[in-house]
Amino acid sequence: MINQSEILRTIKMIDQQHLDVRTITMGISLRDCSHSDIKISCDKIYDKICRYAGNLVRTGEQIEAEFGIPIVNKRISVTPIALVAESCDCEDYVPFAIALDRAAKEVGVDFLGGYTALVHKGCTIGDSRLIRSIPQALAETDLVCASVNVGTTRAGINMNAVRTMGEIIKQTAYLTRDKCSLGCAKLVVFCNAVEDNPFMAGAFHGIGEPECEINVGVSGPGVVYEALKAAKGQPLDVVAETIKKTAFHITRVGQLVAQEASLRLGVPFGVVDLSLAPTPAIGDSVADILEEMGLASVGAPGTTAALALLNDAVKKGGVMASSNVGGLSGAFIPVSEDAGMIAAAKAGYLTIEKLEAMTCVCSVGLDMIAIPGDTTAETISAIIADEAAIGMVNNKTTAVRLIPAYGKKIGDMVEFGGLLGSAPIMPVNTCSAAEFVMRGGRIPAPLHSLKN
Amino acid sequence: MHAFVTVIGKDKVGIIAAICILLAEKNVNILDISQTILHDSFTMVMLVDASVCSVGFDKLSESLSELGKKMELTIRIQREEIFNAMHRI
Repeated sequence: MINQSEILRTIKMIDQQHLDVRTITMGISLRDCSHSDIKISCDKIYDKICRYAGNLVRTGEQIEAEFGIPIVNKRISVTPIALVAESCDCEDYVPFAIALDRAAKEVGVDFLGGYTALVHKGCTIGDSRLIRSIPQALAETDLVCASVNVGTTRAGINMNAVRTMGEIIKQTAYLTRDKCSLGCAKLVVFCNAVEDNPFMAGAFHGIGEPECEINVGVSGPGVVYEALKAAKGQPLDVVAETIKKTAFHITRVGQLVAQEASLRLGVPFGVVDLSLAPTPAIGDSVADILEEMGLASVGAPGTTAALALLNDAVKKGGVMASSNVGGLSGAFIPVSEDAGMIAAAKAGYLTIEKLEAMTCVCSVGLDMIAIPGDTTAETISAIIADEAAIGMVNNKTTAVRLIPAYGKKIGDMVEFGGLLGSAPIMPVNTCSAAEFVMRGGRIPAPLHSLKN
Repeated sequence: MHAFVTVIGKDKVGIIAAICILLAEKNVNILDISQTILHDSFTMVMLVDASVCSVGFDKLSESLSELGKKMELTIRIQREEIFNAMHRI
């Protein structure tokens, strides 16, 4: 039988170390909601989401109460809307976003992802319309998240889309300027986007996924941090072992919650996303873990190596704890959502260039970084191109979620509130890449042999 | 359905009595109790069977945490599975 110290350890993790299940995300296919009449299509989308996810929030709350584990978010991901909307005659897709927002509010979820286009090789008419509508869609809705996949390892990078996305991000920042350009926090540009990611803002229900499924994202940087305190001064292989064991415990909780949610909702279990997702709360920081390994501040030389160790150990520990692993799986480094990252950025130790290096070895990419409002669209596109190239060449998911906060300059702070946190405006290298970006075209897919 | 009731806080008269009365009122059977006191800090873990509980699990959980507030203790109830999942392969 379970002994008292194990029970108290679990309670300590939940109570003092911020262990939680970050999200239960229900993926819903909307492929049967296309129609030439936009109104009918929007009604079908609204009805289907309400029908499938009507019990999602209540079920999540029941599981929270019975197992005593907080489930911070209940979310929905849907089929990339560009695919669903393409059959309608309408040029303006904003009504789709409004229908999604209305459905999300009706069922009570925190966010809904999938206002998405997959354009890694090229854009269809529907893709272009959706991308053009993103700024307005994000300005007119509260809970809808958008994403665009601009590259893959197999297709290369669509530089026309990269160029457009720089402009789209700027427009989104302008249209949501009264809320610190919050719209940009709900917009992700991906390379190698995954189809079963439960985390926002980049979640969508991919075309290879079933009718409906439950994906769960776990968290727990605070638990890893506390475990590492007990291994002070030990060699790094001991550090890696400690992280592995802790990740196993954390992921087992995610697996249990995923199975329970799947059973109660009568929906197949998809994946557990093995992620360390920080929150702005003190003691729930990925930066703290890296600093506990011996860095005076995240961003110092050695940060990339420490993060590589952390990311790999989290996966190794988590893989055995879950029957199906997927999503983004790894350590997240969203600057505004991590108290340690915010402090390091303010102190000048953490720069965008160092963050870019860190994205080579961890989950996702340049995430929740506030930059000066006067950063040009071409510079943003060039940053997206750099990040997409890292993903393409290294066969991993990378993403860019930059907030060119309207009217703000270096040293200012922007406040998004809640889990999105707050961020200092970080300096961007202003040397022009405009000519490179304006060329457009495609960067061809990389060679898969002769690896060096 | 088996669950663990955990009680953590400063020791005082009547903690076990109050919790046992509440559990009996709700038709929850106590299967095992272990308790320690270290430097005045009271820690108790109870294994209970809540399968024929007269109220819903969320209501039971609420009543326990309200009792905890009254007695300046932290009382919670969690289904056994979370501990098994986390600590047993």
